[in-house]
Amino acid sequence: MTSPLLELNHVSRTFMVKKQQIKAVDDVSFSLGTGEVLCLVGESGCGKTTTGKIIAGLLSPSSGKIFFKGNDISTLSKDQHNAYRLGVQMIHQDPYASLNPTQTIFEILATPLRYHKLVKTDKECRDRVLSLLELVDLTPPDDFVEKYPHQLSGGQRQRVSIARSLTVNPSFLVADEAVSMVDVSIRISLLRTLSHLKDELGLSVLFITHDLALAKYFAWDGRIGVMYLGRMVELSPAPFLVDHPQHPYTQVLLSAIPEADPDITRKKQSLQLRSMDVPSLLRLPSGCSFHPRCPRFAGQLCQEQIPSLTSFYDGSAVACHLVMDDRKKDVIKA
Amino acid sequence: MMLAQQETNLPPTISIKNLSIDYKAKRGQVQAVRNISFEVDRGEAMALIGESGSGKTTIGLGVVGLLPPTAKIRQGEIIYRRAADGKIVDEIDVLKLNPQQIRQFRWKECAMVFQGALNAFNPVLRISDQFADTASAHNALRGMALKERATEILHMVRLDADRVWRSYPHELSGGMRQRVLIALSLLLEPQLIIMDEPTTALDVLTQRNIMDVLKDLRKNLNFSLIFISHDLSLAAELADKVSTVYAGKIVELGDVYTVFRNPYHPYTIGLIHAVPTLAGRKEDLTSIPGSPPDLINMPTGCKFHPRCPLADDQCKTQEPDLEEIGKGHRVACWKWQTARETLKRFKAS
Ligand SMILES: Nc1ncnc2c1ncn2[C@@H]1O[C@H](COP(=O)(O)OP(=O)(O)OP(=O)(O)O)[C@@H](O)[C@H]1O
Ligand SMILES: Nc1ncnc2c1ncn2[C@@H]1O[C@H](COP(=O)(O)OP(=O)(O)OP(=O)(O)O)[C@@H](O)[C@H]1O
Ligand SMILES: [Mg+2]
Ligand SMILES: [Mg+2]
Repeated sequence: MTSPLLELNHVSRTFMVKKQQIKAVDDVSFSLGTGEVLCLVGESGCGKTTTGKIIAGLLSPSSGKIFFKGNDISTLSKDQHNAYRLGVQMIHQDPYASLNPTQTIFEILATPLRYHKLVKTDKECRDRVLSLLELVDLTPPDDFVEKYPHQLSGGQRQRVSIARSLTVNPSFLVADEAVSMVDVSIRISLLRTLSHLKDELGLSVLFITHDLALAKYFAWDGRIGVMYLGRMVELSPAPFLVDHPQHPYTQVLLSAIPEADPDITRKKQSLQLRSMDVPSLLRLPSGCSFHPRCPRFAGQLCQEQIPSLTSFYDGSAVACHLVMDDRKKDVIKA
Repeated sequence: MMLAQQETNLPPTISIKNLSIDYKAKRGQVQAVRNISFEVDRGEAMALIGESGSGKTTIGLGVVGLLPPTAKIRQGEIIYRRAADGKIVDEIDVLKLNPQQIRQFRWKECAMVFQGALNAFNPVLRISDQFADTASAHNALRGMALKERATEILHMVRLDADRVWRSYPHELSGGMRQRVLIALSLLLEPQLIIMDEPTTALDVLTQRNIMDVLKDLRKNLNFSLIFISHDLSLAAELADKVSTVYAGKIVELGDVYTVFRNPYHPYTIGLIHAVPTLAGRKEDLTSIPGSPPDLINMPTGCKFHPRCPLADDQCKTQEPDLEEIGKGHRVACWKWQTARETLKRFKAS
């Protein structure tokens, strides 16, 4: 088997908050192949962005290892490390803040091309800029090159951010809430563009969102990972996870989401949590950190032992003592 | 307090007629609200849906008299009616109120929970003081009576009243603060409440909790609700009636089941198909081409025509009015009769 493009091996990241350590990302492991999609979902503060930044090399892990194209990135030479940093590009949430307002779209895209010596002549530079604009569906590209960011709509600006991240020919995109800020009416077309890029350029994508329906749609052929308080609690093929959630947290989450259909949404039964209080990372519950809220809470085991993410033969993986017990026969032995 | 039977025959709590509101901006006039008319009946919830900048908040601000100085109401009428014991006891022409009267009107007749209001609390005041402030501005409850009423409504929004009463805003989570705001809006028993994106900044589980609270309140109390949201699913769950707002104008209005199941305006149809659902299939999703209009430099004719696959010459030159096409179902589109069929064929090709 060839090694995956990216592999996280027991990665954790701590921060100092009020003179105390918090674990924003706690023992997360997964791998992603070329052209694969993984959507990270979970509530605010569960560690999605931190995970994304670690992958993009913008934050270093406090412990654990990251392999990119089979190499441990902590052992890379300076040149190799630069290549890795360029190879993994991050698209940020806010299409307003992330573009330099004094540069034209042409300059925004030409600057990294020239800086990284990816083009030799002015002609080549211009051609590349035009083809990048076309790639992100800003057509005809000639209409856009001379414009400034404030002359574009939010959706168009986000397309420019995507085009800019593509200037350096990455093999991996981290898209952090990349469509959340744009209007519903244009979200889908932006997602389509990302999907096409993935197919056309063979990009792998880590797509971060708090919207599970959006995740199901974008990761249709890929996987969804659900995080809770820094840990990955479920990681499964996308439609499967939404149709057959196994972790009690995933089940609660899915049951709580309203649907854009009055019949469906009014018939939906939401599962009740045992407590509405979200624990603070400063005072994490013992054992499974979901246990104080878990509708399936089963006592001692849940309170005392942290369940580890366990893979099953059907391709799903869940970190829950009860699920593990229910499905003993299906566990893939490591 | 259940909705009294006789109340359903009363005229609407609020009737808005031909309301237009502009803002003065550097580049020119922003036509934020254009000739909008709608009513909300007793105990009814009306959702305003539509994308960012379509004018939803401006409508709400107009009703409670809180538009900024740069805004100008060009035309229109807002009539609010208070009911008691099965009859209308007061009819208020909101746009004719003087500043003193509009302050009385706010909270007491109509309360608004603002978009992004989570940070609206005065950080140095305890929740009890925030309630006292609102009450005393209206010479309403004080002392024990205030505490009793507050405890009652804080319970209704599922908060631990004793704990919350003594707390400072920063000691409460976002979801708790939002529920306090909802409770506060109920304090003086207004008959109309406007909620502007009440769950937008909140997590799924907190949002669910707030939605359940709102549904409870609607069941147990007798107020009319204008619910502003860009999130269709919230409207689907909570509203009786839905209005789609596009470029400052209501382009479709109807009963929630009708609008979601049998929409006629190409924009409503597009919006519904653009929102991914958990149950949906990948193929069902389509996007609306183009982007929302510039409200200063508005397209001619129907404002949706540059994005509409059905647009012809008439659409490009004449703006359609909201027209009644079925019981309580109004649509502003020249092509409404064939819109759904044509769009289906369009999608298939
Ligand atoms: N630089 C930092 N210093 C201290 N704490 C941090 C830092 N960055 C993140 N955190 C904390 O780490 C936790 C995880 O944050 P992160 O931004 O990864 O969450 P998220 O899942 O992306 O949330 P959201 O959905 O709100 O974007 C949070 O509790 C956050 O406050
Ligand atoms: N104070 C103001 N001065 C000038 N223009 C304004 C002002 N407030 C709002 N606008 C403009 O009026 C239009 C309608 O704004 P409004 O806030 O009512 O929209 P909305 O539908 O509530 O949008 P959102 O979903 O983003 O909250 C927008 O184009 C906005 O830019
Ligand atoms: Mg984040
Ligand atoms: Mg608004």
